[in-house]
Amino acid sequence: MHGRPRKASKPEEEAASAAKAVKLRSLQSQFMKNHHDKIYTEEAIELSTKLLEINPEAYTAWNYRKLAVEDCLSRIDSDPNLVNSIFDEELRVVESALRQNFKSYGAWHHRKWVLSKGHSSIAHELKLLDKFQRLDSRNFHAWNYRRFVVELTKRSEQDELQYTDDMINNNFSNYSAWHNRSVLLSSLLAQNADGFMPNERIPDEYDLVHSAIFTDPDDQSGWFYHLWLLDQTLNVETPLLTSSWPSHGSTIILSGAGCLNGSSSKFTTFCSESGSFPLILYFDQAVGGVSSSTVTIDSELKGNEDLVWEPISYKNSQVSCVWVTHLKYVSTDLCEYKVKIRVGNSPGIVSSRGHNFRAPYEFVFTAHVHDTVKDSQEGIVSWTDGFDIWDAKSKDLNSLITLDQLQAEIDFKWRQEAIDSEVECFGILSDSKIGKLTLARLLMAREAMVSDDAVKGVRYEEILQLYNDLMALDSSHYQYYKDEHSVAFLHKMTSSSESLSRHLFRYRGMNNLVCLRLNNLSLSRIASVEKLLFVQMLDLSHNELHSTEGLEAMQLLSCLNLSHNRIRSFSALDSLRHVKQLKVLDVSHNHIGKHSVDTTRYLCSSPLSNSEWSQDDVGRQNPGLVTKYWDAYFVLRDLNLKQLDIAGNEISGNEFSSFVLQVVPKLVWLDGQKLGN
Amino acid sequence: MIDLPPYPPLDPSNYDLIVVGTGVSESVFAAAASSSGSSVLHLDPNPFYGSHFASLSLPDLTSFLHSNSVSPPPPPSSPPLPPSNNHDFISVDLVNRSLYSSVEISSFESEILEEHSRRFNVDLCGPRVVFCADESINLMLKSGANNYVEFKSIDASFVGDSSGELRNVPDSRAAIFKDKSLTLLEKNQLMKFFKLVQSHLASSTENDDTTTVKISEEDMESPFVDFLTKMRLPPKIKSIILYAIAMLDYDQDNTETCRHLLKTKEGIDRLALYITSVGRFSNALGALIYPIYGQGELPQAFCRRAAVKGCIYVLRMPITALLLDKETGGYKGVKLATGQEIFSQKLILDPCVTIGLESLSSLTDQENETISVLVPKALINKEKVARGICVIRGSVKADVSNALIVYPPKSLFPEQLTAIRVLQLGSGLAVCPADMHVLYLSTLCDNDDQGIKALLSAMSNLVRLPDPKNQQSDSVVENDTCEAKPILLWRALYVQQLVKGEFGGTISSMPSPDGNLNYNEIVESALKLYEQLMGSEELFKEETSVENTTEENDDGVDIED
Repeated sequence: MHGRPRKASKPEEEAASAAKAVKLRSLQSQFMKNHHDKIYTEEAIELSTKLLEINPEAYTAWNYRKLAVEDCLSRIDSDPNLVNSIFDEELRVVESALRQNFKSYGAWHHRKWVLSKGHSSIAHELKLLDKFQRLDSRNFHAWNYRRFVVELTKRSEQDELQYTDDMINNNFSNYSAWHNRSVLLSSLLAQNADGFMPNERIPDEYDLVHSAIFTDPDDQSGWFYHLWLLDQTLNVETPLLTSSWPSHGSTIILSGAGCLNGSSSKFTTFCSESGSFPLILYFDQAVGGVSSSTVTIDSELKGNEDLVWEPISYKNSQVSCVWVTHLKYVSTDLCEYKVKIRVGNSPGIVSSRGHNFRAPYEFVFTAHVHDTVKDSQEGIVSWTDGFDIWDAKSKDLNSLITLDQLQAEIDFKWRQEAIDSEVECFGILSDSKIGKLTLARLLMAREAMVSDDAVKGVRYEEILQLYNDLMALDSSHYQYYKDEHSVAFLHKMTSSSESLSRHLFRYRGMNNLVCLRLNNLSLSRIASVEKLLFVQMLDLSHNELHSTEGLEAMQLLSCLNLSHNRIRSFSALDSLRHVKQLKVLDVSHNHIGKHSVDTTRYLCSSPLSNSEWSQDDVGRQNPGLVTKYWDAYFVLRDLNLKQLDIAGNEISGNEFSSFVLQVVPKLVWLDGQKLGN
Repeated sequence: MIDLPPYPPLDPSNYDLIVVGTGVSESVFAAAASSSGSSVLHLDPNPFYGSHFASLSLPDLTSFLHSNSVSPPPPPSSPPLPPSNNHDFISVDLVNRSLYSSVEISSFESEILEEHSRRFNVDLCGPRVVFCADESINLMLKSGANNYVEFKSIDASFVGDSSGELRNVPDSRAAIFKDKSLTLLEKNQLMKFFKLVQSHLASSTENDDTTTVKISEEDMESPFVDFLTKMRLPPKIKSIILYAIAMLDYDQDNTETCRHLLKTKEGIDRLALYITSVGRFSNALGALIYPIYGQGELPQAFCRRAAVKGCIYVLRMPITALLLDKETGGYKGVKLATGQEIFSQKLILDPCVTIGLESLSSLTDQENETISVLVPKALINKEKVARGICVIRGSVKADVSNALIVYPPKSLFPEQLTAIRVLQLGSGLAVCPADMHVLYLSTLCDNDDQGIKALLSAMSNLVRLPDPKNQQSDSVVENDTCEAKPILLWRALYVQQLVKGEFGGTISSMPSPDGNLNYNEIVESALKLYEQLMGSEELFKEETSVENTTEENDDGVDIED
C-alpha cells in the first residue's frame, strides 16, 4: 500500500511476532525434512500449505508443491475431476497466500504455473484481479499477472486500454496503469488498428496526460507517460543518415605522413602514414548491418573492394550510430578522384528497434592526393599559439558542415503540430520544475525538426535560460540540468555556420588542421558530434567534463585538449580508444587517480574482465604496475600518442611517468619535455 | 388528536427528563441522556418518528404540512382556560406554533402517484445529506446508532446555471483530473489551492513543522472570497468553491445582501470538512452520503439507541399543559393529552411547542421566568428557508441517480440573492418507486415570495410539466436533447421558519431544521445544550468499547471507525 506511514510496533506486537517466528521455524524445519525426503503425503502437503499461509515468501515451499502436484498427477489416472480438484486446491492456497502478502513473487509465479497447466478455468482470474487491484491499484505484480491472464484469455487490447482508462480516472497517480497503457498503445499503434493511427491517437493521449500533469505537477506518474508520448512523437521509425565524412560535395586532400607543399589550402587535409582515410557514416539511431554489401563505393581508388565496416561503440555491440571504414589510397599516385557512396543500396541496415533503412542515399566527394615535401616533424603541439582565424566568408565551411538527410516522411506534419501544441501548453506551466524541464525538452525537439534556416536556432536562448533556472531551483538534480544545458549549448553552436565558425581555427603547425576551440564554456557533456566529424583538433580545456563519451565518432581527431576538466579516471577516457588518429592528448589538471573506476558509468572495463595483459610484454615485465594502473593501461595501450600531458593529476609522478613510457614507447613529448633516448 | 386511542396510564410517572418531539436534536439528546443513566420519557404528538426531520409518504407529508402551516390551526375545543389552579400545581396551556407557510401542493399525474403513494419516503427537511466526516457521523459511531442506518453515496455534484447545463464539481484530485470543462491552467490552480488547504490543515495538526505551508493569520481573518481572489482563482472556480464545496448561501461578492460574509478561517473549516469527507469510508465515492429510506432514519436510529438504554417511547401523545410549582413557580411536569400528569426534573421541547400569549398575563414573574423559553419571540431575524419537493419521471442528468446540484447566487436570474441547492435521489435509496426520482430544493429567503420564486426558477431549469395532450409519447420526444428534461409528477412548495433552540434551565427548546445541507450545526447545538443541561460528562462513553462488525455490502456505505 502506498502513502501510509509505518508505525513502530508495540512491545506486545513484538512478543507476538517472536512467538510467530518460533512457530514458523519449527514448521519450516519439518517442511524441509519432508521436502528432502520427497514425502508427498496429504499431511506433508497440508504442512506446506500452513507454512505458505503464514509466509508466502517461502519459495522452496512453492517449488515443493509443484513437485507434489506432479507426483499426485502421476499417481491418479488422469480422472479430469481429480485433476481439476488438485489444481483448484493450488489456486486456493495461492489466493490465501496472496491475502497474506500480495507482493509475494513466489505466490504469483505459482499461480501462473498452475494456470499454464491448462486445467483450471481462467474466467475467475480477472474477477480476482479486479478485487486485488481495487485494494492496491498500483501493485505491479497484479498488473503483471493481468497481462498474463489477458494473453491467455485473448481479451482484446482495446478492452484492456479501457481498463487503464478506468484505473487512471480513479486515481491517476498510478505508474502501473500508465505503463500498461503505453504497452497496449504501442502494440495497437504498431498494428495500425482501427482508430489507432498515430497522427490521430497521440494527440488524444497528450490531452489525457496533460490533465494529470496540470492537476498535480508533482506527481511523477504522468511525467513518464509524457516522456513516452514525446518519444512516440519524435521517433521516426526509419533510421536516417544524419551526416558523413567526407560530406556530400566536399573536396579533401590526402597525403602521406609529413607536411604538405601547399599548406595554405583551404580544404581539409588528411595525412596518414598508413595510406588510408576514414569514411564515417553517422545515423540518427543505432543501426546494425552496415557492410560492403549494404554500402557500395564507386571510385577509382584501388584496393577498396572488400571494405570492413566497424561500429564505433564503447559497448562493443554490433549496433551503433557511427560506422567507420578505411579507404586506401596510394600517396604517390597524384590524382583527383571522385568517390560515390550509396548507402542502403541493398536492404540490411536495420535499426535496433527493427526498422529498415528505407530510401537509398547517395553522396559524392572528391579526393586529391598530394605529395609530401618535407619529412614529418616531431614538434610539440602548442595550444596557446599558431592558430589562424577561420575565414567565415570562405565557402568551404558549407562543405564542412554536413547536411541532414532530408526527412521526407509523409506523416511529419502531425509530429510538428503535436510538438508545437505541446510547447504552447507547457508554456503556461513554466512556474513548476517539471513544466520548465518539459518545455526545455520540447523546444529542443522542436529545434531538431526545423529545417527552415530563417527560424532555425531561435529558441536556444530560451532553452538555455530554462536549464539555468532549473539549476538554481533544483540543486539536487544540478548535474543533470548542467549536462542538458551543455547539450543545448552545443546544439546552438552547431545550428548555423556563422555560430560554428566563431569557434573554428586553422592550426598552422600541422598542415592547417581544422581546430575547434570550445574552451572555458563550462561544458559538462559532449553533444552534436555528428556535425563536427571534420574536426581534427579539439580544445575542450577549462570545462567541466567528466568523460569523453561521444568523441569516439570524431575519427579525424588528432589533437585533443582536455586539461582543466573533471575527469577522474582513465576509464572515463575509454571512448578515445576508438580514435585511432589521436597523436596529442592533454589531460593535465584533472582528477585522474582520485577514483580508479569511472563511477558515472555502469559499464566499464575492469581488471577482472581483462586477463590478457599477462600475455603481452608490458604485462609480463611489470605485472605490479599494470595491476596498479590497469585503467590507464587499457586506454594508453590502444592509442598511438606522440604527445601526452598528464601533470596536475593525483596519478602523476615518476612512477606513473615511467609506466607511461613503457606502455607508449613511441611517445615523444611527456608533460612538455622531449623524451631523449 | 381528537380520536386518540385509549392509552393506559404511563407508569412510572416520574422521570429525570421528558423530551417532546423526535427530531434529530431531541433524539440525540434522549439517546445521550438515557445512555448516561437518566430516566427519560420521549413523547411525540405525531404517529411517526422524526418530527420535522421525518420521511413520510406523499399523503402523510401533505397532511403534516397542512396541519403545521399558518392556516389557523383548529381552535381548541374549549376556549383557552386561564392557568388552572385546581391542583397542587399551576397548569399553563401550550399551543402549537406553525413552522410552515405558503404550502402549495400540486399533483400532475394523480393516478400514477396514488398507485405508488406508500412507496415514497419523502423528507420534510430536504435537501439534506450527510458529510462522511460530519459531526453527526461521529456521534452515530460513538453512540452505536450507526447499527440502525445504512447509507449510500451521492454519486455526483454539479453546478448549474440558467443555460440548463450541469457541470461537474471538481471536488477531488480525481474529479479535477477527469473534468472536461476546466482548462489545464484552471486544473492546476484549483489543485494548487486544495494542496495549500491540505498543507495548512496538516501543519495545524502537526505543530511546529516549518516546512509545511501555512495560511497567514491575516489571511485567516480576511473574507474568504477575498482570499480566493488573492489566490488568483478565476471567478468560475471561486464560485464552485464557495457554493458547491463550502456550501455557502449568500452571495459573497455582494456585501449589501450578504447576511453572512464568511471569513477565510471558517471557509477553510468548511473545506476541511469536505476534504476529510472524501475517502473517509472506503466504499463511499465522494464526500456525501444519504441514509437509505430517508433522513427520517437518523432520528429514529438515535431513538432506538435510547430505547435500548431504557428510554420510554410514546408516539401520538401530545402534551397539553405545563405544570408549575405553586409556591416556587418552578417547573414540575407536564399534562398529557390523556389527562395524565407526568413529572420530571427537566423538559426538552420541540420548536413547535409554545405558550399562548394570553396565558402569560396571569402568571407571576417567577413563573414567567420558568417558561420564558417557550414564549414566542418577535423574530429578530426574518430569515426563512424555502423548500420544494418534486417527484419526477426520469433524471436531471443521464446515468446519474443520486446527485447534488447547486445554483450559485445570480446564476439563474440577476436578483437571485442566495444559492439554491437541489438534491436528486433515486429508488436505490428506497425513497421512491423505480423510474422516478425525488428532487429536493431549498434556498434561504427573507420572504415567502422571494424564496418560492427562486425555487420555481430552479425547477423550471431542471424539469418540465407533463404535456397534457400526449403523455404516452415521451420516448418520441426524448430524441431531442433539450426536451429530455424529466417530467414533473408531483410538487410541494413550502417555506419554513428558522427557529433557534433555547436553553432555559429546566425547560429548553430545540431548534427547527436549519437551512444547511448537513446536520453539523444541529448536532453541535444539541451537544452544547446537553452539556449545559446535563453537565460536561463525556457522551456515550461506554459505547466506544462496542466492537463494530464488518459487513460487506455491495454498494452500501459502512460507516465504521
